[in-house]
Amino acid sequence: MRPSVQRYRNILDFALSSLLRRKGRNLALICVYTLVVFVIASLIFFVQALKREARELLVQAPDMVVQRMVAGRHDPMPVAQAETIRAIRGVEAVQPRLWGYYYDPVYGGNLTVMATDDTALAVESVWVGQGVARSMRVKEGDMISLRGYAGPMLFSIQKVLPEESELVSSDLILMSPQDVRSLFNLSEGLATDLAVQAGNPRELPTIAAKIVEQFPDARPILKSEILRTYEAIFDWRGGLMVVVLSSAILSFIIFAWDKATGLSAEERKEVGILKSIGWESADVLLLKFWEGSVVSLTAFLGGVLLAYVHVFFFSASLFEHALKGWSVLFPRYRLLPALDGYQLAVLFFLTVLPYTAATLVPIWRAATVDPDAAMRS
Amino acid sequence: MIELSRVVKTYQAGLATPFTAVDDVSLRIPAGKVTVLKGPSGSGKTTLLTLIGCMARPTSGRIHLHGLPAGTLPQLTEGDALEITSLPERFLTAIRRRTFGFIFQQFNLVRGISVLENVMLPTYPTGEDHAWVEARAIERLGELGLLRHLHASVDRLSGGEAQRVAIARALINEPAVIIADEPTAHLDSRLSEDFMELMGQFKAAGKTLLITSHDPIVHGSPLADVVVEMRDGRIVAGS
Ligand SMILES: Nc1ncnc2c1ncn2[C@@H]1O[C@H](COP(=O)(O)OP(=O)(O)O)[C@@H](O)[C@H]1O
Ligand SMILES: [Mg+2]
Repeated sequence: MRPSVQRYRNILDFALSSLLRRKGRNLALICVYTLVVFVIASLIFFVQALKREARELLVQAPDMVVQRMVAGRHDPMPVAQAETIRAIRGVEAVQPRLWGYYYDPVYGGNLTVMATDDTALAVESVWVGQGVARSMRVKEGDMISLRGYAGPMLFSIQKVLPEESELVSSDLILMSPQDVRSLFNLSEGLATDLAVQAGNPRELPTIAAKIVEQFPDARPILKSEILRTYEAIFDWRGGLMVVVLSSAILSFIIFAWDKATGLSAEERKEVGILKSIGWESADVLLLKFWEGSVVSLTAFLGGVLLAYVHVFFFSASLFEHALKGWSVLFPRYRLLPALDGYQLAVLFFLTVLPYTAATLVPIWRAATVDPDAAMRS
Repeated sequence: MIELSRVVKTYQAGLATPFTAVDDVSLRIPAGKVTVLKGPSGSGKTTLLTLIGCMARPTSGRIHLHGLPAGTLPQLTEGDALEITSLPERFLTAIRRRTFGFIFQQFNLVRGISVLENVMLPTYPTGEDHAWVEARAIERLGELGLLRHLHASVDRLSGGEAQRVAIARALINEPAVIIADEPTAHLDSRLSEDFMELMGQFKAAGKTLLITSHDPIVHGSPLADVVVEMRDGRIVAGS
C-alpha cells in the first residue's frame, strides 16, 4: 500500500479505536444526533410524500366540478342541468357524479363511497381500496354490510383496488350508481355534482361564468383553484416546517458547538501527546475528522433510516398530533415511499457539515499548540 | 553531534511578564555518548530539551544538527549540518520523528489503548506498513520484557512497566538520539539502576543519549560521559 494511503488507514483505524474507548460518551452523542436527523428527515419525507399524493390526486381530478349550493351548503343537484351545461360553447363533456361519505362506526372514520359506470362491477358488489380492506380485515370474495337508508345492505367484495397511490384510493368503496342511490336515499334525477371537461382549458373561467349566470345556485370549482388551495396549504405547512426545521437545526448546532468547545481535558492532553510523539497538526485534524465523520455518518444514516420506517411504515404516527390538520384533508392512509435525492442532500449539509465544523474548530486550536506543552503536563 | 550556540528561550516574550528559562547557552553534545543535564528544578533543563528535540523554537541563537542521515529532509545529503531553528513546523516534525526518541517524565502514554498500540502510535502518520511496524514493536517490547503485557491496557501497568513502554515507543522509529527527561523521578533506586543499565545498552548500540536529572544514580553514573550543570537557565559547570 502507498504510504499516503496507509497513513489514512492507520489514522482511521486509530479513530475507530478512539471512539470505542469513549463508548458511553460517543453513544450518547450519536443518540442525540440520530434523534435530530430523525425528526428533520421525518418531516421532510412526510411533506414530500403528501405533496406527491396530492399531485396524483389532482391529476385524476376533472378540470371543473359544478356543485349546487343551498343556503351556503353543498346539496345534490338535478341531473337535468347537465344537459344545459353541455350546450355551453367550449364544453366537451359533462359527467354527473354520485358520491358521498359513509361513516363507519367500527372503523371510526369516513369512507368515500363512489358510483362507477364500469360495467365490470356488478350490482350488490363493491370494489374497495387497500385502506378499507385493511381496516375492515376483508379480502376479495368476502361480504361486507353497510347501514343503508332502508336498513343494512350486503355487498360482496369483487376486487381490492391496486395500490397506486393510497391517498387516492385507500378509503374508497366503488359501487354501481343504483346501489349508491339506495345506500344514501338519493332519488333518480339527482347527482352529487357534475364533472365538466372543456376542449380548451383556457376557456374554463368563461364557462364557469356562464354556468353561474344560468344557475345562480351553482358553484363551479376549477382544478386550478384546488391546486392553488393545496399549494397554499402546503406553503403554510412548509412555513411551519421551516420554523420547525430551523429551530431543530439551530438547537443542534448549539448542541454540537457546546459539545465540541467543551473539549475534555483528557482529549486535550491526548492531542498534546500525539503532537509530542511526532504527529503533525494535520494528522491530529485528520484523526478528529475521521472520528467526527464516523459519528455524523452513523447518526445520519440511522436517523434517515428510522425516519423512513416511521413515515412510510408507521404513517408518521409520532406526528399525528402535531400535524393533525392532515387528517382533515386526507383519510387514513399509508404513504407510499418517495425519496428525493435533493432533499437528502440538503439534510446532509444541514446536519453533517455544521457538526463537523463545530468539532474541528476547537480541535484546530488544540492541534496547533506547540508539542512541548506535553512535556510538562 | 548537536551544537548549540548562544541559545536563549524567553517564555511570554513581548508580554508583560517575560521569563527567560534558557539564557545564552552554548553547548556541544557529542554523538554516541551520554550527556547528562543536571541542576535544580526550574533551572531550564526541560526547556533546553524541547529546543534540542525540535519541539519548540529558541527565541534567539542557533542549533546545528550534524551527521543526520541522508533523506531526513528531501534536500539533505549525508554529512550536511542542519540549522534547525529557522525550519518550518513540517520539517521540524519530520526531523523529530526520525532523529529523536523521547522518554517523557510523565511517560505520556495514551490511556485506554493497548501497550502495543501505544508503541506503534508514532508511526501512524508516516504511513509505514502496519505489519512491519507491528513486528518491530513486538521485538522492542520483547527486549524490554513486556511481551506478557502486549495487549493489556496501559492503565494497568506499574510505573516501571509504563516507563519501559514509553522507552519502546521512543525506539520505534529507530532514532539516533534518545532524550530522557528526569527518567528516574518516578522510580525507586532498584528500577533506576535497571534504567541506567538499559541506557548502557543503547549507548553500546551507538545511540546518542541526552538525559536530564538531579538524581545521583544518573549524573554520578560511570556511563555519563559529559555532565552539564545548569542553574537559572545558564550553564554553570561542564560542557
Ligand atoms: N510555558 C511556560 N511559560 C512560562 N514559564 C515557563 C513555561 N515553561 C516553563 N517555564 C518556566 O521556565 C523555568 C524552567 O523550566 P523547566 O525547563 O521546566 O526547568 P526544569 O526542567 O529544569 O525543572 C521554570 O521556572 C518554569 O516555571
Ligand atoms: Mg523538567
